[in-house]
Amino acid sequence: MPALGADMEAGILAEWLVEPGARVEPGDIVCVVETQKGAIEVEIFESGTVAELLVQVGEEVPVGAPLARLGERAGQGAVTPEPSPADAASGSGAPQPHLEPAADRQPQPTVAPSPAGRSRSPVSPAARRRAAELGIDPARLVGTGIDGSVTLADVEAAARTAEAAAAGQPSAAARRGFDPSEMRRAIGAAMQRSKREIPHYYLDQSIDFGPAASWLEAANRDRPPADRLLAAVLLLKAAALALKEVPELNGTYEDGAFHPGSGIRVGWAIALRGGGLVAPAILDTERQPLGELMRRLRDLVQRARSGGLRASELSSASFTVSSVGERGAEAVTGVIYPPQVAILGVGRIATRPWVVDDRVLPRPVVVLTLAADHRVTDGHKGSVYLAAVDRLLQEPEKL
Amino acid sequence: MTDAEREALVRDVLAAIAPEAADVPLAPDADLRAALDLDSMDYLNVIIALHERTGVDIPERDYPALFTLEGAVAYLGAKGV
Repeated sequence: MPALGADMEAGILAEWLVEPGARVEPGDIVCVVETQKGAIEVEIFESGTVAELLVQVGEEVPVGAPLARLGERAGQGAVTPEPSPADAASGSGAPQPHLEPAADRQPQPTVAPSPAGRSRSPVSPAARRRAAELGIDPARLVGTGIDGSVTLADVEAAARTAEAAAAGQPSAAARRGFDPSEMRRAIGAAMQRSKREIPHYYLDQSIDFGPAASWLEAANRDRPPADRLLAAVLLLKAAALALKEVPELNGTYEDGAFHPGSGIRVGWAIALRGGGLVAPAILDTERQPLGELMRRLRDLVQRARSGGLRASELSSASFTVSSVGERGAEAVTGVIYPPQVAILGVGRIATRPWVVDDRVLPRPVVVLTLAADHRVTDGHKGSVYLAAVDRLLQEPEKL
Repeated sequence: MTDAEREALVRDVLAAIAPEAADVPLAPDADLRAALDLDSMDYLNVIIALHERTGVDIPERDYPALFTLEGAVAYLGAKGV
């Protein structure tokens, strides 16, 4: 059972996607776990054949407990799909070097075909809840939502047909919906730990977003809607590139020492409908072209809201960006997500008076706020970082 | 399409993006972004879905015309949908 947050102690096995005898390869999704963050897909990081499933659907097991046993590999024994029990128990969220880029893990046929060939479409929380009530397996439905997700309407429609009712499985009933109060508790616990343990310092910088906005407008003019970029992508890319210049902000603080991140994996904070927040990570954020970054962001937002995030995405971020969006406040001062050491808050981009060559001009301005861990850096390093983000955003064509 | 059909199409697209809001009464002149709590990613998904369903290429500069239900219905109508 992987640890999907600093405070997670146990999870409920909601669904197996493999059976004994199935071949698995690193990156395959083997099961779905219900946590305070909703339904999370768990990947495996070994190859072999599933010898035995050790946990039944519906069973709650502590973090670190083995879920299945693999055969056909050196040193045969119990295998957890993710961090070692020791890592997991300390909630370290250690980087996992074998991860596949998140968005590349498109739904694939499982190696051993699962019963009835599941569609693996994302499922909206409302649809999942209703499906559980009705005893329908939402994975078997054809989604009509954005990106093919299964919506409440799809579930209701399925419930009206006798065939769908017959397709219901007992396992579906065990799959609980996303619970906002549990999510709130998880956020509270992580933020309490952060405020208790991390000596935060804060720095604000207002940035002229004019060049980036103009570039974006021109870039989007010739793109069909599905290929258009959002300002968020430029900010995310600049935030990630600037970490190369100030690597002390990229990593974790554990056991009394800073551990630099192995690569830059920026977590992007996503607000969930119905309340709550998750910040899944994007592997090698700084190396992704803008179009690819946009594609991943859309994919993450979609999956965060429909309960299809992967375990690895929730435990591997080395830095976080929290943007309040176009209708949010002017600035956001973040709380660091332990064991990370910094978070960048991005306020709403708003037209403000800006002085250019002794003249006051209206410009789109965005306030960036860095919260960072004083045990690792101080305001000087933090200022260097914000200056780097600013500089990068003045030359958006190079991002 | 009639206005009613265009409105049904827009409502359908919105319900797919904000499923919990499907049954919320929606004033024709209400700002959809505020009424349905759509962020810029959600709104882009609305545009993408409308584009896919109607074939109308909605450039960014036209976005404000589609911020309301009546605006979106009128816009699609003017584009021959």
